[in-house]
This record gives sequence, C-alpha cells and structure tokens, in this order.
Amino acid sequence: MTPLLEVRGLTQHYRTEGGGTLRALEDVSFTLAEGEVLGIVGESGCGKSTLGRAVLRLTQPTAGEVWFEGQDILQLPRAAMRRRRRDMQIVFQDPFGALNPRHRVRTLVGEPLTIHGMPGVAARVAELLDLVGLPAESGGRYIHEFSGGQRQRIAIARALALSPKLLVADEPVSALDVSIQSQIINLIAGLKRRMGLAMLFISHDLSVVRHVSARIAVMYFGRIVEIADAASLFDHPAHPYAQALLSAVPQPPGVAPRIRILLEGELPDPTNPPPGCAFHGRCAQAMAVCAQARPALVPRRVGAGVRDTACHLYEVA
Amino acid sequence: MTAPVLQVEGLTLVAGDAALVEEVSFAIAPGEMLALVGESGCGKSVTALAIMRLLAPAIRRVHGRITLDGSDLAALDDEAMRRLRGDRMGMIFQEPMTSLNPVFTVGEQIAEVLRIHRGLSRRAALGRVAELLDLVGLPTPAAQLGRYPHQLSGGQRQRVMIAIALACEPALLVADEPTTALAVTVQAQILALIDRLRRQLDMACLLITHDLGVVAAFCDRAAVMYAGRIVESGPAAEVFANPRHRYTDALVRTMPARNPPGEVLPAIAGQVPPPGSRGEGCSFAPRCPAVLAECARLPALSGRPHGVACWNPVR
Repeated sequence: MTPLLEVRGLTQHYRTEGGGTLRALEDVSFTLAEGEVLGIVGESGCGKSTLGRAVLRLTQPTAGEVWFEGQDILQLPRAAMRRRRRDMQIVFQDPFGALNPRHRVRTLVGEPLTIHGMPGVAARVAELLDLVGLPAESGGRYIHEFSGGQRQRIAIARALALSPKLLVADEPVSALDVSIQSQIINLIAGLKRRMGLAMLFISHDLSVVRHVSARIAVMYFGRIVEIADAASLFDHPAHPYAQALLSAVPQPPGVAPRIRILLEGELPDPTNPPPGCAFHGRCAQAMAVCAQARPALVPRRVGAGVRDTACHLYEVA
Repeated sequence: MTAPVLQVEGLTLVAGDAALVEEVSFAIAPGEMLALVGESGCGKSVTALAIMRLLAPAIRRVHGRITLDGSDLAALDDEAMRRLRGDRMGMIFQEPMTSLNPVFTVGEQIAEVLRIHRGLSRRAALGRVAELLDLVGLPTPAAQLGRYPHQLSGGQRQRVMIAIALACEPALLVADEPTTALAVTVQAQILALIDRLRRQLDMACLLITHDLGVVAAFCDRAAVMYAGRIVESGPAAEVFANPRHRYTDALVRTMPARNPPGEVLPAIAGQVPPPGSRGEGCSFAPRCPAVLAECARLPALSGRPHGVACWNPVR
C-alpha cells in the first residue's frame, strides 16, 4: 500500500550571517500511513520543528522529496501547492501567536474555507466549534477572551476546517497547564480516531508523545537516530542518545524511575558538525569508528530483533 | 528540630481587590528542598517574589510574616534588604539570558557579587570566581572567565546564574522554574547540580515548579498550590504517592505517563478560577468530582506531616 506521506532525504540548510551553513535538517526519511500518528521527539535545536515545517513546504527545503499521496509536493507549482494545502495543516505551540487578535473566532475558523472558496461557511464553523468542544456563541468573541486551552481548541478547529488528511502538531500542548493538557490530548486523540487523521506529533515531552503515537522517531542534531513502534522504543531504546533522553525525564509520581544516564556536555554547534556520529562526544559507549564514520539509519540487529537505528554498536541486519 | 532558615506565615498578597495569594505558610530547614508546585496563576511565583521583596508595586502584602534566620524581612529598610539579596539569599530564574548582563563577561558578573557583598578586590574575587565555576561544573573555569553570556549555551548560562547565586554561600536559594527553558537532558544536569549543592552547602532551597516529576525526583517536601492557597503539603514522595486533596489526586491521575497509551486521560474539567472570582469556599469545588455541601465553606489545611485542606479528602 502506498503510504499517505513518504519523506526521502529531506534536508534543510540555512545560511548564517557569517557565511557559514547551519544544518538544521540532514537527510531525513520516513513514511506515514493514512490515519497513523508518528511522534517526533528530541531536544531544543534537534530539528524537529524544522522537519514539521519542511514537510508542509512552509520552508523551501535544500534537498529531498516529500511524497504526499503519490505526488512530490516540493515539485508542485504554486497554484497546485495551494490546492494541496487543504489536505495538510499545522497546529503550533502558541495559539495566541497563530491567531489574529482583531478577528472574531468565527472569521478565524472559517478563513480556510473562505480562502478555498468553500460554500456553507457559517454552518461548517458551527459544526467545527462543536467538534472541538466550544459553545456556539464563542464564534462572536475575540481570541483574548479565551484561556490558553480554549485558544488551542480554536486553532485546532481552524486546522480541521478543510478536513485535512495530515496534521502536523508542533508542541500543541507544551504551553498548557497539566490539567488543561489532558483535555487537549483527549481532544486530539478523539479527532484522530473519528476523522482518520494522520499526524506528525512533535514534542519534547516524551510521555505525551508516548501516549498519542503509534511509532516514534528520535531526533538528534538534525537527523533521525532511531525510529520504532512506541512500545519497543520506550521499553528498549537502542541508540545511546535515545537511552539517555528517555532516562533524563523525571518520571511522574507513582511511576518507577528509570536509572538516570546523565549526559556530559551539550549539543554540538550546528554550523560546525563533528565528524562521524554527532553524538560520539557525549556517548559513554563511543568507539574509535564513531568519530570517523557516520552510522546510517538502517535496520540493525538489536538483541534478538531488528531496529532502525543509526549506531555502530549494532550490526547492520 | 533545627530552626528553619525560611519561615513564611499567613502570607496574603493582593493586587487591587483581587487576592493573589492567601494565608500561605511554610518553613524550610537547612539543607532541605521544598517545592512549591502548581499551575500557572496559582500564586507560586508571586510567593517567591514576596520572599525576595521583589513584588511589583501594584501587589501588596496585606498580611503575613516572612523571616529569614529568624529576622523579619519586612522590618528591613531597602538598603538592608539589598545587602541581604545575593548574600544570605540567592536567586535563580527561568531565563538566564535575561538575568545576565550581555555586555559584561561571566567572570566580571560573578566577581561583582563578591566585590559588593564581601568587599573583595578584583583580583581576590576572580580567584574565588574560578572556584565557583568549578563548583557548578563548568569545564576549564579559567577559560570561562572572559566569555560573554551570548557565547554560552542555555545550560551553561544557568550554571553561571547558579554560581552568582551561590557566590556568598547563601542560607537560602530560591529557584523559580530554573530548568523550564532548558533541553531535557540539560534539565536533568542542572537539577542534579542544585540537588548536590544544597546538600554540600547545607542550604535551604525553595524550588518553584509546575513539573510533578521534578518534585518527586529531587525534593524532600512539596506544597501544592491551587488558586492562591496551599491545598496540600507533606513529604514529596508521600504527597504524590498518596495524594489526599482531590486536586492533587486529579493532577496525578491525569498525567499521560500514569495512563495506558492511547486511552482517554481522566481530564480535570473546567479551568482554574482567576484571582478575584474565587468565591468563598474551596476554589476547587466547581471542578471537583467529590464535592459536598460543606465545600461552600473554606477548608483549613490540617494534618502533619501530610496536611490537606479538603472537606472530603481521598481516604
């Protein structure tokens, strides 16, 4: 079966002021099936948000292909790309920054419909507000009258207006308080089930990602270093960075704490990447080869099974 | 029991007619780490600012007493308070970049504290600065002295802030969301550092955080705030393993890591009431699954060491 989304070798470089190259995203490949949720985790600066934007062609990627329903959208002319956008939407961390404060909620939620010349805007807006759990009269109000959680509901209603097939959710609950966070996670999970939405769920919060995703990709320094189904990754991370990342998260009360692997040092400079594996300088298990050759993200033998991980510790399967 | 370093009694803060914090009391012993935990707007940060006497002019302390080493902070004049901050009381905030001066080197900024509070000469101060940088785990301290804040990563800047806060070996460290702006693996490093230093220096530590995981992993005691009041307090492990207040209980239950993947999370309906519209009784009552008629009256915080302010606590 053709996947809904197939990303091949996606790369995003930026020029720095000093004339150098900032490698935000390097050679990222993965597929996403219809209705599937792929979680993207990693720390600030690992390229996860860049990935979300590049997949939607909100930036102009330096190299690579993004196949959406059998079309490489990076090659589409402007008008065709605009039509394609109906099927791919994004929700950001800060809904206040994403919604125009001078417009009423009904205008904000209906705007995608208006832009794409869809009929029956008013009825659809009422339906969408109901879908995200907002009272009908919210339509006449302004964004500053709402709390953070309600604003995120409005942003979600707007993103869903055109019934997209793919939703990129970039830290959608990170700015929200714990008690509101679960309301929005439940909303997103429910919508996914009802509408068969495929999602890239980007977050630094591992427990949130674990909760909503079927598969998870761990990013480090612009690359995916491991990708696996959520349960296997959480139970037995293979890549030493994935192990350290999972162990660094303080477990909530009542959950057995993991043995903490304290990493030395910090992320390398993205304008001056180290040779070999980008993680070797912080890795407790680094070998001589790690400083010389970059390990490819390919199926490797991990224990008795096979895992897509980019680490020389494991033999290529 | 050792005398507490910090004691807060009945602290009540208002802005205009709205109460931000009501009747907040707690104490911290030397070497102890207490977490003030809660969601945005619960009053945890403004409580920390009141302790440091850094409240915005619009916010008034209408009731309560704050003592450090037994002396009432309200009795100090501004000059005495200024001498106290940075000396007996160290502070770290969420965003180290906005707390550091971009045009001075790291060495100069740490040395400044020692020159002001200890009257050290430039040269003597710089010697101590290298020791401090070593203490907070910055590699090659001597090489760090001449660097500017923008040349450091977020984690390194927070280490510099900690070095500044600890320069005079304070009796109390107030840390307001010190790791919220940092990457996950760096967060763990900074928390482990604060944890080690408070033991090593026998320093009382007040940690303001919204992260229950951090509290459970690093703190001795926790006080949970909701809508301006402490609703539950006690040994951190105990409070979260056996929460008694319905709010704490709901908060712990709703966390994704506590639930099977993919299942509907037991969400807390509704929202925190804003200051000024908190009503007479228990502020959590409108969202509470176990509300009783009594909840229209305010419950007192009672019980030791595990206290709860609830008419119908979890048994």
